[in-house]
Amino acid sequence: MAFFEHFGKYTLFLISLFKRPERQKVFFKQTIHEMNSIGVGSFGIVSLISIFTGAVSTIQIGVQLISSLVPEYILGRIVRDSNILEFSPTITSLVLAGKVGSNIASEIGTMKVTEQVDALEIMGVNSANYLVLPKIIAGLATIPLLVIYSMALSIFGGSLSGVASDLISVDNYIKGLRTDFLAFSVTFALIKATTFAFLITSISAYHGYRTEGGALEVGQSSTKAVVYSAVGVIIFDYILSEILLSV
Amino acid sequence: MIELVNIKKSFEGRIVLDDISAKFHKGKTNFVIGASGSGKSVMMKCMVGLINVDEGQILYGGTDFVKLDYNEKKTIRKEIGMLFQGTALFDSLNVEDNVAFPLRMFTTMTKEEVLERVNFCLKRVNLENVNKLYPSNISGGMKKRVGIARAIALNPKYLFCDEPNSGLDPLTSRLIDELIKEITVEYDITTIINTHDMKSLFVMGDNIIYIYKGKKVWEGEKSQIRTADNLKLLEFMKASEF
Repeated sequence: MAFFEHFGKYTLFLISLFKRPERQKVFFKQTIHEMNSIGVGSFGIVSLISIFTGAVSTIQIGVQLISSLVPEYILGRIVRDSNILEFSPTITSLVLAGKVGSNIASEIGTMKVTEQVDALEIMGVNSANYLVLPKIIAGLATIPLLVIYSMALSIFGGSLSGVASDLISVDNYIKGLRTDFLAFSVTFALIKATTFAFLITSISAYHGYRTEGGALEVGQSSTKAVVYSAVGVIIFDYILSEILLSV
Repeated sequence: MIELVNIKKSFEGRIVLDDISAKFHKGKTNFVIGASGSGKSVMMKCMVGLINVDEGQILYGGTDFVKLDYNEKKTIRKEIGMLFQGTALFDSLNVEDNVAFPLRMFTTMTKEEVLERVNFCLKRVNLENVNKLYPSNISGGMKKRVGIARAIALNPKYLFCDEPNSGLDPLTSRLIDELIKEITVEYDITTIINTHDMKSLFVMGDNIIYIYKGKKVWEGEKSQIRTADNLKLLEFMKASEF
């Protein structure tokens, strides 16, 4: 029952967001600010996890594939597909659920408990629209870009570790990357990234916006935001794979 | 003028506001006094629409605020300035941007006009050369004054002050009191002040209502309060050492 109650409140919360902004110029400025915070602010962590994800996946797949029956370049192909289809969109989104999600929930939660949200409402500003919608738009604009960046870096990381550990030559790795490439894989990854971006930003904002009490409750909201965003990412990862990849 | 007509509010069966009627006059400082938990803050939140009343009317110049839809309420809210107990300044904005916020949101003023208005409001609350400081870098008294500057930026018709002196030293408290009084008279605003600071009341109070356990038990002018025939009010005053 609690799930349905939250789902209903979350839906109503989303409906309250999608109103025409009070002042387009202020809204635009706010969105740019959020894009900088969510996108540029996550550049470092995404770079780090992408390189290592690519590197680790190459070694693990390579070790299991070593055989005279399997051509070496297949490793490049598998690393490419696993990183584009799964690792880059999902792991990046899970990390962003932690970083961006907790940030959004604690920021809005703190504003809620210190009456800053009330101050906006009393001024006649739709606080949900003003505070949350720019974050969602910024997430939708920047997270797919971060995922594309992550794909490139993880494949690069894979080549570094593959060559360093003598599992594959650069030529074979590149040959593998070029073999049977399906552009739909990237489309699928971007659909996932866009969905995850919406889930992370909206679920986190919802939990932040529902905060009542003090510092303790802000912390709890932040935790809930991360947990529910991550759960949402995992569930929708399965749903989208089932819908878009199953024949 | 703001008028409350028989407003009632309860939370999960617990009555917080019990049939309160009151009038708050224009150009006057209207005090709402009462102990902590008496319902003062809930009443103020109901008046500005942050909490919906269960029953009754809240009349702003004859218009029933309760019956208005969200957009109609917004029109009245733009005429309201509010000073919060914890100031509620936006942490991410500096002093200048805090005061400029309502101007940028609701007026078509140019950058220069906004800055001029911001500087005027800050000067009016005796704050200068603090434009670029953030709320975390200024004192409690300064925050209150920035809060007042933000509240008056749009020339409000109604000013709500929730515990304006809480957490301030006596000297700063009196400065804030004097400022609120001056602004009320100068701009002919209907000012409503929630407090349990009896010194404030005697310094700048015009009309007073006393709330006890969600009920209005006394209403009158400052001059009448010492001779009030309400035991609870007299006890409250005595406890405040007045």
